[in-house]
Amino acid sequence: MEYQTPENLLYTADHEWLRREGDDSDEVTVGITEFAQEQLGDVVYLELPADGTALSAGEPFGEIESAKTVAELFAPVSGELIGSNGELEDRPELVNESPYDEGWIVRVRLSDASELDGLLDADAYRELIPED
Amino acid sequence: MLTSLALRERHLALGARFAPFAGWEMPLQYQGIVAEHLAVRERVGVFDVSHLARAWVESPRAAEQLRSVTTFDILSLPEGKAHYSLYCNDEGGIEDDIFIYHLPEDRWLVIHNAAHAEADFERLRMVAGDAASEVTQETVMLAVQGPEAMVLLGRLFGPAIAALEPRDCVELDWRETSVLFARTGYTGEDGGECIVEAGSAGELWDAFVSGGATPCGLGARDTLRLEAALPLHGNDIDPTTHPYEAGLGFAVSLDDGASFIGRDALVEAKARPRTRRLAHLAARGRGVIRAGYDVREAGGGEVVAQLTSGGHSPSLRLGIGLAYLPVELAKRGTMLEVDVRGRALPVEVVRRPFYRTPKDS
Repeated sequence: MEYQTPENLLYTADHEWLRREGDDSDEVTVGITEFAQEQLGDVVYLELPADGTALSAGEPFGEIESAKTVAELFAPVSGELIGSNGELEDRPELVNESPYDEGWIVRVRLSDASELDGLLDADAYRELIPED
Repeated sequence: MLTSLALRERHLALGARFAPFAGWEMPLQYQGIVAEHLAVRERVGVFDVSHLARAWVESPRAAEQLRSVTTFDILSLPEGKAHYSLYCNDEGGIEDDIFIYHLPEDRWLVIHNAAHAEADFERLRMVAGDAASEVTQETVMLAVQGPEAMVLLGRLFGPAIAALEPRDCVELDWRETSVLFARTGYTGEDGGECIVEAGSAGELWDAFVSGGATPCGLGARDTLRLEAALPLHGNDIDPTTHPYEAGLGFAVSLDDGASFIGRDALVEAKARPRTRRLAHLAARGRGVIRAGYDVREAGGGEVVAQLTSGGHSPSLRLGIGLAYLPVELAKRGTMLEVDVRGRALPVEVVRRPFYRTPKDS
């Protein structure tokens, strides 16, 4: 199965994506990849921290529950959580239906932009998606 | 080594994702658990449940033989009727929950859970000898469930189907093959279950799917049965739980005087005041409660139980679960907490089932 992996995004080995909101912006949007949502199945609930919470790269910051399982969300970068997708409270299925757009999960203000260099581009991430 | 379903290729072609279950490679889901669940609640779905073990006992003494190892008074079960029953141990604990069908000419069909197929068949062998024969591999079992199930079944099998009462079972002919049909299920919806020889099963499956039934996997089967508050053996009932505390007293007959394994213990258990009861918990906050999570008294109190089943209810859009609670806490309206990986989620003891089909309410 072919999964979408948009070229304009950065990725983590935990199957999350990150989009920088402008070339020099220190604000990024984070979500999970199409592969990740497919593996999880129907998303039914997200447990996310409040705005202002400090995130540190690689550490779990929230949980995503699907009909059959629960998975941790890991911070792709360090920084401050500046917003989460309120639409997901009533429509968590947006993570499945539109993982790269309407199903975004949190916005983060970077504390160290150089951490972005450690993330994967679309080509590198595609290598990590197992073939069925 | 997993056993493959006879219809594996068909499931694969429909996009099934498989998972191992009790030694079988089973479709977990096709398009997704929630969509399949809602299809069964709103329209009709079809499940391949061929992992359930099927055995015949055919003999004039079959009823007595079965009665000696099962809890329900099948000697009064009329021909053409099926009933839920249990195998208990000497302590009255539930070794397995089963369905028994009474067919004409002293033929009885028994449906076992896959996980206990061998031990259960051994039980039948012990009491019935060669009159017991297993047909799990030669047959396929399909469940058609949902408010539109009987319409679809009527189109395929003829309008007489509609006259069947719940738990009626009948052998009918469909395209030159014999189908054993029972108006039963495990979803809380109307519908039925069909047993057909494996060679003709593909055609029947195709007829259900092209007739509008949504293919459904074990994932949706579990969320549907949990909403309907139907216990799952291995989770909610097991050899250490007795039928009365599990709310399964209807499956135990003591008044007919028949002797069966576990009878003495069950007579005693019935007379004794209950110390715990299988209670139905609904989350009163956002989050999913799952099997194994601790249940505490409100306000971060004592752990009083672990959930035996739990999950997200797609119909109610909230977390639901089952737990054996001390009777004083098992009363409707009691507020408790479930420990969701360190977070206390309030839950309320509610009446069963969690979800009731609109026609019953």
